[in-house]
Amino acid sequence: MSLIAVDPIEMGAPQVDGEPLSYLNDGHGLRSWLLTKDHKRIAILYLITVSTFFVIGGIFALLVRINLLSPNGVFDADTYNRLFTAHGIVMVFFFLVPAVPAILGNFLLPIMIGAKDLAFPKINLLSWYMYMLGATFGLIAIIAGGVDTGWTFYTPYSTSYSNSNVLLAGIGIFIVGFSSILTGLNFIVTTHTMRAPGMTWFRLPLFVWGQYATALVIMLATPVLAITVSLMALERIAHVGIFDPAMGGDPVLFQHMFWFYSHPAVYIMVLPAMGVVSELIANMSRKNVFGYKFVAMSSLAIAVFGFLVWGHHLFVSTQSVYLGLIFSFLSYAVAIPSAIKVFNWTATLYKGSISYDTPMLYGLGFIGLFLIGGMTGLYVAALGIDVHVTDTYFVIAHFHYVMVGGSLMGFLGGMHLWWGKMTGRQYPEYWARAAMVIQFVGFNLTFFPQFILGYLGMPRRYAAYPPEFQVLHVLSTAGASILGIGMLITIVYFIWSLKNGKRAPANPWGASGLEWRTSSPPPTENFYETPIVTWEAYEFAPIESMQVLGYPGDSSRSTQPVPKEHGTED
Amino acid sequence: MEQQREAGTLGMWWFLLTEIMFFGGMFLAYTIYRHLYFDAFAAGSNVLSIWWGAFNTAVLIASSLTMALAVYHAQMGNSKKIVFFLLFTVVLGLVFLRVKYIEYSDKFEEHVFPAGDFRWPLAEHPTAPSNVGQLLTMFIGIPPAGHTAEAPQQALPANIDTKYSDKSPYLGISGAIPEEVSKMGMAGHVRMYFWLYFVMTGFHALHMIIGIGILLVLAFQAWKGKFSKEYHSYIELTGLYWHFVDIVWIFLFPLLYLVDRHL
Ligand SMILES: [Cu+2]
Repeated sequence: MSLIAVDPIEMGAPQVDGEPLSYLNDGHGLRSWLLTKDHKRIAILYLITVSTFFVIGGIFALLVRINLLSPNGVFDADTYNRLFTAHGIVMVFFFLVPAVPAILGNFLLPIMIGAKDLAFPKINLLSWYMYMLGATFGLIAIIAGGVDTGWTFYTPYSTSYSNSNVLLAGIGIFIVGFSSILTGLNFIVTTHTMRAPGMTWFRLPLFVWGQYATALVIMLATPVLAITVSLMALERIAHVGIFDPAMGGDPVLFQHMFWFYSHPAVYIMVLPAMGVVSELIANMSRKNVFGYKFVAMSSLAIAVFGFLVWGHHLFVSTQSVYLGLIFSFLSYAVAIPSAIKVFNWTATLYKGSISYDTPMLYGLGFIGLFLIGGMTGLYVAALGIDVHVTDTYFVIAHFHYVMVGGSLMGFLGGMHLWWGKMTGRQYPEYWARAAMVIQFVGFNLTFFPQFILGYLGMPRRYAAYPPEFQVLHVLSTAGASILGIGMLITIVYFIWSLKNGKRAPANPWGASGLEWRTSSPPPTENFYETPIVTWEAYEFAPIESMQVLGYPGDSSRSTQPVPKEHGTED
Repeated sequence: MEQQREAGTLGMWWFLLTEIMFFGGMFLAYTIYRHLYFDAFAAGSNVLSIWWGAFNTAVLIASSLTMALAVYHAQMGNSKKIVFFLLFTVVLGLVFLRVKYIEYSDKFEEHVFPAGDFRWPLAEHPTAPSNVGQLLTMFIGIPPAGHTAEAPQQALPANIDTKYSDKSPYLGISGAIPEEVSKMGMAGHVRMYFWLYFVMTGFHALHMIIGIGILLVLAFQAWKGKFSKEYHSYIELTGLYWHFVDIVWIFLFPLLYLVDRHL
């Protein structure tokens, strides 16, 4: 295969302050950032704001855990309600949903398909401003006294009884929803219309497949959340409506509509992270992903099946048992495409030339934790067991294994893999590995005891509990502190590396994919010349040719032979 | 250029899909409660003026035609005619909103606006047109002769319709319904009908207003000569949006106005 030369200065790129012109120094000042239409700069804007919300959500998580140190709680019950609601709203709507698509997807999707930008750059910038506006409403809601309904806003409590800032939070979520719709729209249209010559659908990196499937879910599910939240808000304003039994309405209708969005939203959070993991595993073991087409199609299957299982949140909400049976069966069915992914990633590792650098550690961490999260998902999808564990810490532990163990691990793995590409500087490998191990230990210590707590009957959202649960709660809080320290280390060395990190070569990992065939950081137009793709996805070049691109060339890592019929040149 | 056009069209279709999901939530609620409270929905529906509804349906169908003609002339590169048909579409849109305004005011006057001083049953409909002449004079703001002011009304909880007390409003559960609900009886469910009426037509009207705004901008740009045979995709995309908003009304009209009216 041909290697595109990527020394920018050799390519005749203009220089700025002795550095080659890249998207980072092509224009200075706040204005050039806030009015940018460059998908890479918008990704950086998202990175800064979304990470800020991650920190805010994390602080609320720690406050929740501090409260649960003692059986009687540290805060009063009303404050506690507001704390866990703030944690849920911030983490779900302002961090997890936009994290991978709006940051990594925005930055990488056009580069990976060989395009200069997304299809609608202005709409992309608009989506960031919508995010900021929605997030501002959310922040005001929290600062002005908080919301006490939980992130699920169940009616009629949210419409008729709660004395907290439900409206402000609802408006914020509505606006942020439109922000992610605009991102999804851009991804779908871009993937359809902007692929470089030769970049066929089955040559797309699996990351792109993951983003595409996510975009489908975003486009079809988010408007339902928008109308549900609108109807809830209007009902709260007008004191008439369709969700309050006192007015002849049905709260279960709200739950159906809410979960019609919020179950697929789980896939909005985890599908793009799965796309990241495919890249991590393939590139860090220098092997084509085993069963590429199965992994690609399983993303679409998850997106479709994800729409048919929302009723598993209503097993104890008066839903008929027969309906429950169907939803239970369909929920089991979603496990199949998820399992295909896990098996194929594992098979990819087999006889691969594995590197244990940080991105791979996160990739392996994802597989292990998502496995636990997914398998316990089968427990709660089973009608009989769910009646026992509904609304307990078992469910909390289950979805944190999926959301934190899955989405967050995938997000952080991706951030490490592409940090050099995005910023031009590598993170410090030693600290990163240490932080990952600390996070992994802290995470398991936080959430594994919660499985036991839930099984023993500790209900979620309670500020106080019987003293016999204290040991497990203290363990969990200790784990959360360790997890917090791990996160802090990551944040610190990422910021530190911006000035002090080693310069990132074009391809520090010996990875495959178009994004590694342009400089780090890429120029504003992404490539010096439009790439023409003549190779299949995950075809790895021999080590020697990778060294041209700056791969340090670990000679202990061999490479998988390139299949003859595909490798046209080289 | 061709790639941009393709991207724009695909993007608009996907956007319309999200719009379908958005309205879908309301149609779902409508379907469920119409099934549960059919009599109340029929009674509420009969308060609406079929004259206004039919007139507005005709107006919107006509506006779809003028919009299509604007797109046609955009493809022909005929700037003057683009401006004419875009403005024609705007005028029809404004006629629609004017009628909607009359209808909404009538509902306030009849005390069936659900969030206000809701009263049921309704004694008579004082302000609906009953022939084309009245429709036209009322459109320009002159009430027809014999227009009566407020009719005597009964307060909300007074009318208890026991027919409803044996029918549970909950999806999939059987058993007694809360006392507050049965106390409200039929009136409460008529009120829910009007809630859905205002929310659904309100969101539709909002889409009309946004559409009119876009049309005005396009008309201005066409007047400045910005569009040509080669470059007119914004007009085509707005056409798609406008037709979509019309189609939503084509569903709303029978569902809200014609619940149990037969020819
Ligand atoms: Cu679910």
